[in-house]
Amino acid sequence: MSIKRPSDLPSSAITPESLYFDRRGFLAAAGALAISAALPGCASADDDPKATGTPFGLQKDDRPTPWADVTNYNNFYEFGLEKTDPAANSGAYKPTPWAVTVDGMVEKPARYQLEDFLKPSKLEDRIYRHRCVEAWSMVVPWRGIPLADVLKRAAPTGQAKYVMFTTVFAPDTMPGLRAPVLTWPYTEGLRLDEAMHPLVMLATGVYGRDLPNQNGAPLRLVVPWKYGFKGIKAINRITLTDKMPDTAWNLAAPDEYGFYANVNPEVDHPRWSQHKERRIGEFAKRPTLPFNGYAESVASLYAGMDLRKNF
Amino acid sequence: MSIREPRWFGWALLALCCVPGLVAAYGVGSDLLLGTRHFGSNPIKAGEHFLGDWTLRFLVATLAVTPLRQLTGLHWLARHRRKLGLAAFAYLMLHWLVYALLDVQLDWGELLRDLAKRPYIMIGMTGLVLMIPLAVTSTQNMMRKLGRRWTTLHRLVYVIAFLGTMHFWMSVKKDVTEPAIYAAIFAVLGLYRLVQWRRRWLRARPAMAAGCGCGAPQACGRVVEP
Ligand code: HEM
Repeated sequence: MSIKRPSDLPSSAITPESLYFDRRGFLAAAGALAISAALPGCASADDDPKATGTPFGLQKDDRPTPWADVTNYNNFYEFGLEKTDPAANSGAYKPTPWAVTVDGMVEKPARYQLEDFLKPSKLEDRIYRHRCVEAWSMVVPWRGIPLADVLKRAAPTGQAKYVMFTTVFAPDTMPGLRAPVLTWPYTEGLRLDEAMHPLVMLATGVYGRDLPNQNGAPLRLVVPWKYGFKGIKAINRITLTDKMPDTAWNLAAPDEYGFYANVNPEVDHPRWSQHKERRIGEFAKRPTLPFNGYAESVASLYAGMDLRKNF
Repeated sequence: MSIREPRWFGWALLALCCVPGLVAAYGVGSDLLLGTRHFGSNPIKAGEHFLGDWTLRFLVATLAVTPLRQLTGLHWLARHRRKLGLAAFAYLMLHWLVYALLDVQLDWGELLRDLAKRPYIMIGMTGLVLMIPLAVTSTQNMMRKLGRRWTTLHRLVYVIAFLGTMHFWMSVKKDVTEPAIYAAIFAVLGLYRLVQWRRRWLRARPAMAAGCGCGAPQACGRVVEP
């Protein structure tokens, strides 16, 4: 398949297949994994699946957050507002069968069955840091495909500048939709060059298993240098557009949640500081890192931008 | 209606007041030290919220004593109002301690910045500061010493309830249902008091109030234009 290169796409957006990441960080993270593997008793329940995958951007003392926390401490307002609501209230929700539409400014718009949508790409296991805008964080072993694969296949036209994602609207099985807490369906967006970055994943699994409903089954976005709310769940539509898309949290509170939502310790949320974060399962707070520790790979996407204004 | 006060009532109420605190101490303590998840994956945040919730609940209970006593005729309830007020104060202190010690972990810069930059913290802190004189003057001795001024001073509890509700309202991320419920409850309790004060005020001016002609033995509360 030939891949069209839209003329106005910055050259950095078309990325080499190899991912550039901090080699030292990788080695240190590998060491941390080895240590956590050597201490089987630490923070793992009996049914704790083993975290496998390539670590990206992990710091030396980053260890995968236990499965029980990854799957029971979730923000997924379609199933309720408490962190435990998504696990408790998503039993009736059906992530199969699933169809995904890719449309808008693409040369090959299509509606796929999920299996066909995924088939051309190789599923990869990657361990990423995850930072919520609420100042807590995790380390999560995701399974999925690079979003860039999907976008290249759809062939964005020259006008496409942004990618918009939409969550399924299933009021019968998503009790949270009854309350007008956010504008439903949930939407999110990325600039096209951000979306093409090789770190961005469409995840279908976590801890080597299919995504549980509460984590955004069957398909969710993972953008490790942005706050977690950018990681839209249960995606059934991907639309290329020339306008900055409306995003759910930006619509809800534009002064608190920007379109970019890059992790930035220097820009406070109006109601709390972003200097530090609580890693789930740890007591002492950790300093928050610019771009959540992925600055080396992604800071260039924002060269020349005022990140205080474009928060 | 005159059910006498059971002899065990005071102790039972005291025990009840301690239950949420014990639950929080056990749950959060075990989560932090033993890795359990009684308070979920983020026990410090959950504990902070839990104690804030109980501060507000005990404020509601404190303010509900007088109407409850008047509506039911159980006048001995008044003796227990102080216990509830002190419980609210204790939970507020615990709420603040969890915030300062466990959440912000005594990062003084962060504590000061929070106080200076975050209106909801400022408002909560004002509530806390205002509550200190009430706790200090809650003894029988102080009550006697202050006389009428005690009553006036302790009306601050309405201001504190208002500030606490505002603080809650401003702290939530999106859904304000819960703080709105507290606001409604406090509004009803406050209104009850206002109506009462107005009646008492009218009673104190019998010339104006007595003539309404409705036949009530005392001022009925209807305003009569002179
Ligand atoms: C009258 C005084 C106060 C009352 C009634 C009160 C009550 C509450 C309530 C009900 C909540 C929300 C709990 C929930 O979401 O379930 C809360 C949250 C909170 N309060 Fe207070 N509070 C008071 C004073 C304070 C003070 C003095 C501080 C610290 C200086 C404080 C710090 C916090 C913090 C940090 C949160 C959590 C915000 C978040 O991260 O979600 N509060 N409080």
